[in-house]
Amino acid sequence: MIKFIIKGLLRDKHRSRLPLIVVAIGVMLTVLMTTWITGVLGDSINLNAKLSTGHVKVITKAYRESMDQIPVDLSLTGTKALITELKKDYPSASWVERIQFGGLLDLPDENGETKSQGPFAGIAVDLFNPSSGEAERLNLNRILVNGRLPSASGEILVSHSFAEKLGISINDRVTFIGTTMYGGMTIVNFTVAGTIRYGITALDRGSVIMDISDARNALEMEDACNEILGFTDVEYYDDSKASELMESFNDSYASDNDQFAPVMIRLRDQNDLGGLIDMMSGVVGIVSFVFILVLSVVLWNAGLIGGLRRYGEVGLRLAMGEEKGHIYRSMIAESLAIGTAGSVIGIALGLSLSYLLQQKGLDFSSAMQNATMLMPGVFRTRITPEAWYIGFIPGIIATVLGTMLAGIGIYKRQTARLFKELQS
Amino acid sequence: MKNTEIISVNSLTKRFPMGLGEFTALNGIDLTITKGEFSGVVGPSGSGKTTLLNIIGLLDNPTDGDAVILGSSSRALSVREAAILRRKHLGFIFQTYNLLPVYTVFENAEFPLLLLKMTAGERKRAVLDALEWVGLSDKVGSKPAQLSGGECQRVAIARAMVKRPEIVLADEPTANLDAENSHHILRTMLKLNEDLKTTFLFATHDDKVISYLKRKITLIDGKVSRDETIIR
Ligand SMILES: Nc1ncnc2c1ncn2[C@@H]1O[C@H](COP(=O)(O)OP(=O)(O)OP(=O)(O)O)[C@@H](O)[C@H]1O
Ligand SMILES: [Mg+2]
Repeated sequence: MIKFIIKGLLRDKHRSRLPLIVVAIGVMLTVLMTTWITGVLGDSINLNAKLSTGHVKVITKAYRESMDQIPVDLSLTGTKALITELKKDYPSASWVERIQFGGLLDLPDENGETKSQGPFAGIAVDLFNPSSGEAERLNLNRILVNGRLPSASGEILVSHSFAEKLGISINDRVTFIGTTMYGGMTIVNFTVAGTIRYGITALDRGSVIMDISDARNALEMEDACNEILGFTDVEYYDDSKASELMESFNDSYASDNDQFAPVMIRLRDQNDLGGLIDMMSGVVGIVSFVFILVLSVVLWNAGLIGGLRRYGEVGLRLAMGEEKGHIYRSMIAESLAIGTAGSVIGIALGLSLSYLLQQKGLDFSSAMQNATMLMPGVFRTRITPEAWYIGFIPGIIATVLGTMLAGIGIYKRQTARLFKELQS
Repeated sequence: MKNTEIISVNSLTKRFPMGLGEFTALNGIDLTITKGEFSGVVGPSGSGKTTLLNIIGLLDNPTDGDAVILGSSSRALSVREAAILRRKHLGFIFQTYNLLPVYTVFENAEFPLLLLKMTAGERKRAVLDALEWVGLSDKVGSKPAQLSGGECQRVAIARAMVKRPEIVLADEPTANLDAENSHHILRTMLKLNEDLKTTFLFATHDDKVISYLKRKITLIDGKVSRDETIIR
């Protein structure tokens, strides 16, 4: 009987072609939407991780309470030992020290008087040690607009629009005015080696990147930093991995009630990224739900049209002694076959397109000059394991649901009425 | 002779709702058909022939009275039991042949056997036999669209006969056929009736069909007005 049904499906192009096309397109869109959204959100999360949050971050308990002010006076101390310990306990992750700080940048004229001045947010990272991977993490080569990357102590990078605003040129001497870890005032001269542009307004308004050794000198932070970032060995942030790491680390410091005791937080605990992560998992569900709905309605109508064409067949089969329920079930079996075939085609198409977009990406960076969110300028899809099967959910559910809805009409009709169709 | 009684219709009435009232299509029919008959219900259009055949074929229910088919009362049968009885013992032939267009001649004739869950070997033998009866052994792999009307109706006869049912109900089987094809299929059915002892019941107003009948039951306005046995 199943063979018989399949034969009919393969031969009756009208019966199978339209639903097959509808399912394939719907499934393809589902896959594309899913990979697109996970890609865009994943990249955005990744960018956050690399720029500021890490997958996990070690800070002091006191720092945690006022993190948005990036206070240097609440920094971790003894960080050499702490890093060694982290590397020993969690060898699969990479650990880097960073100092986030704020201050004033002052451009003096030839007489040493202030020509222009502005506040900035500074990130100090390990620039001079290539094995730290920090230059790649911050994508410095790509965001460099003018000049070069710092190669010696005393050289810094300044965001391009900030430099333009203050009238800073490459190789200018600028003065950093700020507060040390101990609350004292510090005034240090730097040379501007290059200018950078993130393409993210929030960062381009006024940021400075320097080597961590320079920041330590300027801020009197020998063997100290306010943030240690940890990156797990996966490319994209994995919430459960990060949570596991955090719990393990925090357990070992649970009894330490000191304000300056280290504590680990996850990416999701920072910058409101938790919402973004939850959205990412929710989005897949929403996308499939929407496609189930839309596809069901389309297929329901296709099923009704197909069903009308088949009243004769139904009447005939009833006359030959097939039971209504059996006919109904065989139509559902047909739709299951169509749904599966359509899903396979749609998934193949969707994954191919996704793969293309994953490799090439769509560059929107020129259109995103004014973006204020931490969104990457190049949109990429991302093929997660669920992209391989997510399309089956709308593909099969919608086809079967559509047929069931359409079939109810046939099912409810009296045998005698259906049979009458035969004689007309 | 009660044991050869294969169809028995008792005070059968069928009313259809029509507008605010009802329309009486069959009005107190009494009829008995014995095994092996080759009989037909004849009468003018609208006299209730199809309605009667549908009730005998367990496709419709009587309003009053009863039809007893192969010992089972249509009133007592559940929908499921009626389907099983149709599947095993009843064959239908329609005015429009109602072949499934995507299937071959062989597959169309095979369909009733699929419902009976016969093995592929049994099915093949039965289908080839049935196609031989109707003279279509050389069209096994053709699709309905490639056949003439007469050939289509012969496939429909093979489909009705393939399971060797007790009763074949044929509603205007010749209405779409020319004289030559009509005589061809009627001779075929008569031969099957004689060889296999299958009971045939026609509904028709075609004189060609009537000329083959061994019993002519005339229906007028939902009532049996005449019931004649014809000796040939
Ligand atoms: N489902 C129905 N609802 C209402 N009236 C019906 C229904 N089926 C049949 N009738 C009416 O019952 C009467 C008998 O119909 P039936 O089809 O049995 O006639 P018939 O003898 O087969 O006619 P024909 O020779 O034209 O096929 C007709 O007047 C028809 O309009
Ligand atoms: Mg009729």
